[in-house]
Amino acid sequence: MTDITATEPVRPGGLWLSFTRNRLSWVGLLLLAAIVIVAVSAPWLAPHDPLEQNIVARLEPPSAEFLLGTDSYGRDVLSRLIYGARISLFVGFVAILIAMAVGTTIGVISGYIGGVFDQIVMGVLDVMLSFPTLLLGLMIAAMLGASLENLIIAIAITEVAPFARVARAPTITLKQRDFVEASRAYGCGPLRIMFRHILPNMLSDVVVMSSLWMASAIRTEASLSFIGLGVPPPTATWGGMIREGFENILDAWWLAVFPSFAILLTVLALNLLGDALRDASDPRSR
Amino acid sequence: MMAYTIRRLILAMPTLLVMLTAIFVLVRLVPGDAASVILGDQASTEALAALRTKLGLDRPLYVQYLTFLGDVFTGNLGMSMSTGRSVIHEMLTVLPSTIELTLAAIAVGLIFGLPLGIAAALTRNGWIDYVSRIVSLVGLSFPAFVSGILMLIVFAIQLGWFPVLGGAASGTDFADRMRQLALPALNLGIIMMAYVMRVTRSAMLGILTEDYIRTARAKGVGSSQLVLQHALRNSLIPIITIVGLYFGTLIGNSVLTEIIFNRPGLGKLIVGALNARDYTLLQGLMIIFAFCVIIVNTLTDLAYGLVDPRVKYE
Repeated sequence: MTDITATEPVRPGGLWLSFTRNRLSWVGLLLLAAIVIVAVSAPWLAPHDPLEQNIVARLEPPSAEFLLGTDSYGRDVLSRLIYGARISLFVGFVAILIAMAVGTTIGVISGYIGGVFDQIVMGVLDVMLSFPTLLLGLMIAAMLGASLENLIIAIAITEVAPFARVARAPTITLKQRDFVEASRAYGCGPLRIMFRHILPNMLSDVVVMSSLWMASAIRTEASLSFIGLGVPPPTATWGGMIREGFENILDAWWLAVFPSFAILLTVLALNLLGDALRDASDPRSR
Repeated sequence: MMAYTIRRLILAMPTLLVMLTAIFVLVRLVPGDAASVILGDQASTEALAALRTKLGLDRPLYVQYLTFLGDVFTGNLGMSMSTGRSVIHEMLTVLPSTIELTLAAIAVGLIFGLPLGIAAALTRNGWIDYVSRIVSLVGLSFPAFVSGILMLIVFAIQLGWFPVLGGAASGTDFADRMRQLALPALNLGIIMMAYVMRVTRSAMLGILTEDYIRTARAKGVGSSQLVLQHALRNSLIPIITIVGLYFGTLIGNSVLTEIIFNRPGLGKLIVGALNARDYTLLQGLMIIFAFCVIIVNTLTDLAYGLVDPRVKYE
């Protein structure tokens, strides 16, 4: 019974306390909050219409009228940046929700049933884990065709395996605990045991990791958009903006630089947050 | 050792089979089918039927699957639809420059990551530790194409230290080649550096509190010898693991790096295949990547025995 400590749920107060004590976690939290606020209030914040073309004012460097310059269609880079936050966050968030639901379900069922079934499922997931995320996403997105839904599906598939792994480990120890034994004796069916008794006890593990994987999802989204497999133009996406900026990199540096920093800050915020959450929930690192 | 290597390769077979099956399924997920994708919307029914027969798409699925597996294991990955040359030929012409880039990136990662990780562990919670943790976090947050573009703008376009358009063909002498390799390798190496630094730091932190380190220190072993011979040597297993594990990420990111620095390689080949809707080339490249992943996983396992004599190949 030595491994009980690994699955013992962390008291919410304790987690919050050690989370707030970490200075970097605050940086991550505030940064992420700011980006979410910008994305939500895009229609009020953006100085121009992100899709409005203005051929007279194309490739203008940053100025008072266009704070971050304009692109090759004369569209305002700042406005497109602000609207682009919506796509990145939306795709990242929805893909992670799907991956979490599917992955956790697979992990719990596989861990609960055990035996050969578990070995096969984990074998397949290990293969998915060892295959490069970007290439897997690229392949799926290329096969399905470029659209918002397909992009979300492709990214969700690449993130299923880590969720299943994190959900499986505690399931295996939890299913031997007395309270599960008791509910089984009480006549609970396997589905009820898995999702009403085991799942709530390890949901915090899964949620803690989701911040780090959302960072990875947003990185994949940006990379696929850069390759041209993201949400099709003229919708403003950060990866797509960098793609357009890359074509004009010799004479319009601002096109690629600003969306680059937007992606960097978003991923960094999620990584800071995720690291802090993981450290806070891991009793050994406190 | 030989017997172990063979056994390890046999154990890798189920993994390989799963990967190949996944690729087979994925290629058949194309809306419509491969024939209609290749020929486009305006194709006549006869042309579609002819191509389906040529590609074997009219045969039952299990026959297609077995043919596919048979082809893969006999080294026949088919012809590229866009160039007409064999997929193997297309791949072999660019493979050396991808290998050059990945090896250089691993070297960059180790050369910078190891000392940083060691320094961070030795000065735990000091400023070196803090700075290198932030550096590694930023390194992990950069998608490869973002850091690549920023490097290109700063070092190649603004400062003019490196050529803007790389390409292995233009540089024949060694110095030119290195100048072209420098930025891409640095770009790819930053990510590896971040991983290596993190894992070195945490492995060293764990080992520095071990009894045998205290014993060695009490015996009067000098601190540099202590760190390098006693502590670092025992941290090598997790470091090798992370290098092996993130080799896949490295391959994925080399795709982006090659596009940005305009280097020939598997990455540019993939994107070319995507744009030309060259599905045989795409499928062939995926198979090659699957083999690469398996080979690296096996090599990682074998390397354990080289650094740690306690690992027995049974």
